[in-house]
Amino acid sequence: MKTFKGRVVVPGTVASAEALVTKQGFNTLASFQKSLQFGDKTAKCGDQNNPDLYEKPMFNTALCLPQTIGSTTGGMVLYCAAAMGRTPSCLLFSKPIDSLAAAGAILADVWTDKPMPTIDNLGEEFLEAVKTGDKIRVEEDGVVVIL
Amino acid sequence: MPGYKMELTPEQLDILNGKKGETMAKVMKTLVMYGETFGATKMVPVTSEKGHLVTSFGISVMKPVYELMDQLIAGGVVSKQKFSVDPRPLDKNVPANFLENLVFNKFMYSAQEKYDAQLEKVGLLSKSAYTCTCYLDEVGNTPKKGDVLSWAESSAVVYANSVLGARCNRNSGIIDIFGSIVGYVPYFGLLTDEGRKATWIVEVKTEKIPEAQVLGSAIGMKVMEDVPYVIGLDKWIGNTLDDNAKAYLKDFGAATASNGAVGLYHIDGLTPEAVESGKDLIAENAQVYVIDDKELERVKNNYPVIWKDKNATPKLCFIGCPHLTYSQLIEWTEKVEASLKKYGNKKVVIPTVFTAAPAVVEKFNKTPYAARLKATGVVLSYICPLMYMNNPLCGKKPVITNSNKLRTYTTSRYYTNAEILEQITKGAK
Repeated sequence: MKTFKGRVVVPGTVASAEALVTKQGFNTLASFQKSLQFGDKTAKCGDQNNPDLYEKPMFNTALCLPQTIGSTTGGMVLYCAAAMGRTPSCLLFSKPIDSLAAAGAILADVWTDKPMPTIDNLGEEFLEAVKTGDKIRVEEDGVVVIL
Repeated sequence: MPGYKMELTPEQLDILNGKKGETMAKVMKTLVMYGETFGATKMVPVTSEKGHLVTSFGISVMKPVYELMDQLIAGGVVSKQKFSVDPRPLDKNVPANFLENLVFNKFMYSAQEKYDAQLEKVGLLSKSAYTCTCYLDEVGNTPKKGDVLSWAESSAVVYANSVLGARCNRNSGIIDIFGSIVGYVPYFGLLTDEGRKATWIVEVKTEKIPEAQVLGSAIGMKVMEDVPYVIGLDKWIGNTLDDNAKAYLKDFGAATASNGAVGLYHIDGLTPEAVESGKDLIAENAQVYVIDDKELERVKNNYPVIWKDKNATPKLCFIGCPHLTYSQLIEWTEKVEASLKKYGNKKVVIPTVFTAAPAVVEKFNKTPYAARLKATGVVLSYICPLMYMNNPLCGKKPVITNSNKLRTYTTSRYYTNAEILEQITKGAK
């Protein structure tokens, strides 16, 4: 069991979720567009440029990532995914969160009843330690536990 | 309001506490939370005359956005400033087969009319205000140096910050209109003097003028969201922000913003803050990236080609992402004519679409160049090539482009201006 402490961007807890890890920037539009467009409730990642995630289901996972990249529609796409119930159960950033992801997480928190607990600044060690498939617990104060 | 650290004025607090309605309070709450995430200590007034939104497309999957717009309209919450918006995703003049038209109109963009009407209700500048190059003179949404903006659209934000000296963060869609609605944005990042300091020095040491779209791509991929200070580029594009330099920087900046996440760059001896403050803009311990012709070649050769058949004959070519300027349209018309003559062809051999802002198209269409371009077979459109490409049918089509942004977000294949010109006038093989 390994424990990491980050900063709470959007508060909340997750009792247990399966980690989905990308070591490269997460392109929000490219990742979600296909699943939103075609009603894929598992939200399989559609970003062909991301070998870590391509075609893997993102719904209900603990998405572990450095930052998001790409179009400034990114935050809006994340908000739509949340409103449609297709998002990961939480977002766990190793780096300080970027403005597009922050917008998406906050829009989901304020404007939907399906917020995503979001923690940033977990450090490079977190992204090195966590592996896709690991069980993750998120606590209210920004503590993330790899179970 | 308990729980927030940001210092808010009585007016801002009133909004947050619901004195202007519940919807307005939620808009303010979103902006306050957004600002606090980045350490903003206050909200500052949006001082630009007009806003700019990134979301122009009535794509059916964005239903939650349209519902949110309905909430704003029902709550009487509209933008304090008129705004332009990114290009439309549809234009019947752009080549598309029966199936593609069916997918576009009946499935993907079936919410377009409804969304257009919503935009008009909340503050759209005009029916022709659909372009990513809103800052061009013809469009008339050109911020002044020092103006604080609430814009989204990465290529417009990086242009406004860098070439015009305005101040804007890389906002997401929805955050853009929220700032225009309350008239304030959180003060952090590229709005601050500190946030505008360069943490990278880029030394351009090429033997010829670097291709704008590749240079921008190389810098974007290297510095990501940081601010680069570029030395040695003025040697190639001059020390005056004339039409040519501005067009170059438009394309260069779009590549930095899409291949990385650059929101501001300084060009030594050319862009306004670099002219004003020079190397004082460079932060202590800035990293250095040297770019020569070999490095640009390396970057270009590493672009993945994701066509199923890598040797397929291109079926469509897009030039104009971001939208072309008036001068670029004239230049491309002349180049296509000359090259067709050189190769003994009368019309382009690959269906080709040039894209520009509606106001630029209108100006161009009043000149003799319009007939000359039409004679080459090139279609002139106001469409957003990126939105056109963002569907499974077009994704399978071998499309070529000179846009590094379009390459990044779609399956289209990048070629330099010279390579594209040869392909569309001579033939792909």
